[in-house]
Amino acid sequence: MSTNGAKPKLAMYWAASCGGCEIATLNIGEHLLTVDQVFDLAFFPCIADFKVSDLEAYADGSIDLCLFNGAIRSAENEHMAHLLRRKAKILVAFGSCAYEGCIPALANLTSRQAILRTVYLENPSPDNPAGVLPQTITKVPEGELTLPAFYHTVKALDQVVDVDYYVPGCPPESEQIWAVLQTVVAALSEGAPLPPKGSIVGAGQAAVCDECPLARHEKRIPRFYRPYEIVPKPGLCLLEQGLVCLGPATLSGCGALCPQVGMGCRGCYGPLPGVVDQGARMLTALASVIDVSGKPGDDEEALARRVEEAVSTLVDPAGTFYYFSMAHSLLRRARVQDDGQGERHDATDHH
Amino acid sequence: MGESDRFEPLIIGFTCNWCSYRAADLAGVSRMKYPPNVRLIRLMCSGRLDPVFVLKALAGGADGVLITGCHPGECHYLEQNYKALRRYHLLRMLLTQLGVEPERVKLVWASAAEGGRFAEEVGRMVEDVRRLGRLNWPAVAADGTEPGDGQTPNAGHVHEAEPVVAAEAHQEEVTP
Repeated sequence: MSTNGAKPKLAMYWAASCGGCEIATLNIGEHLLTVDQVFDLAFFPCIADFKVSDLEAYADGSIDLCLFNGAIRSAENEHMAHLLRRKAKILVAFGSCAYEGCIPALANLTSRQAILRTVYLENPSPDNPAGVLPQTITKVPEGELTLPAFYHTVKALDQVVDVDYYVPGCPPESEQIWAVLQTVVAALSEGAPLPPKGSIVGAGQAAVCDECPLARHEKRIPRFYRPYEIVPKPGLCLLEQGLVCLGPATLSGCGALCPQVGMGCRGCYGPLPGVVDQGARMLTALASVIDVSGKPGDDEEALARRVEEAVSTLVDPAGTFYYFSMAHSLLRRARVQDDGQGERHDATDHH
Repeated sequence: MGESDRFEPLIIGFTCNWCSYRAADLAGVSRMKYPPNVRLIRLMCSGRLDPVFVLKALAGGADGVLITGCHPGECHYLEQNYKALRRYHLLRMLLTQLGVEPERVKLVWASAAEGGRFAEEVGRMVEDVRRLGRLNWPAVAADGTEPGDGQTPNAGHVHEAEPVVAAEAHQEEVTP
């Protein structure tokens, strides 16, 4: 780590995340040497020993670029988001969790009570006869112990602080990360223009289908299949074969990696420009190609039943359409009836 | 509860230009009575209904959404109402998972001659939604805490920032 004060300062921090974003960042390979040459690492707890007190000691705005990955699921995550916002000139929501909630935000389909109950009481592994649940403040003879509050609703970074740029992906592709870093480096060193605030950087402009090499024809889908139910024909659009693929509703930039190995796009690069709700967009696309129609004079109830039967082969629409974008979706979370008595009315149990 | 202080649901209705809006019109010119809880928005076709419209109505504080279109086989645009039907069923599955009772979003076919049917269906839906009570999604979406679980935020460790989207939704909320 260089101590040269003249170099721009870089920070990378994880909130509710898995660490994949850090791996993807380190995967830029030999470019890391350039990053080290250009930047001074100011805060990057994943790869070097930094303390929060180090960060607190910095002057406000003294970090030039902060890549913030992970969703906001606890009071600590939110506290760090505010702290890094204060310290950083450019704050980037880095990766799907910070951008739009990602996998952690699927917790918005259930409740905090249900999660705590499952993890601390109902799972087979905990040995917790007294039924202890984590508390924000616990009094012990030695004094008070504190834990950050665990939120009911997981949020994206821009739902708690102002964000300058978004880098989508779960995780972002390494070459895209390098391209973003180069843009910032050019701006810092040569005064090159930065993209307008609020831009999505490190991604394409079109849908994943646009960069997918699989052959496409007119789609007519009588029913959907889950990935384990059929072996897809190679070289042919997965959606045409009844496998849900979010390609039509997802921003390009990944190189259509998943469909090329027989797994439908899960939507991790987020919605296309101008789309408010990625899930609704995918729902529309899918409903358009379901092959159930009728003719004048058909029995309307029978028609409705046929449609219902076809769409019900799509298991878990909420989890499928909002796999990555729950926190950024219009409804943001499920409305959960939780009586707190150990009875669980989980919003995901829709069958 | 008296007539005057009972819950009046706010329902957003999307009608198609060619049949169901005319059904609503017919109900009006025929002086048929139906509850005034539905705010109608005319689309060219039920197939124009982007599910985003429904989600946005609910997120913004509506208690229910009524979607109406031409009977199957009678669509002015051939088969767009079949698309609407497929979207509707998929959307209902999605909304059920998100904790919205299926009765809150309803699809009704009404031809231009069916003013009576339109009025009846509106009346029935208003009663159904009244029974379910307020949806109040802005409060659901803004919910960062559940009372009574001992998870009070740590002192000096929290900024309870009201999410921007929810705050806007609060302001835009229309009280019937």
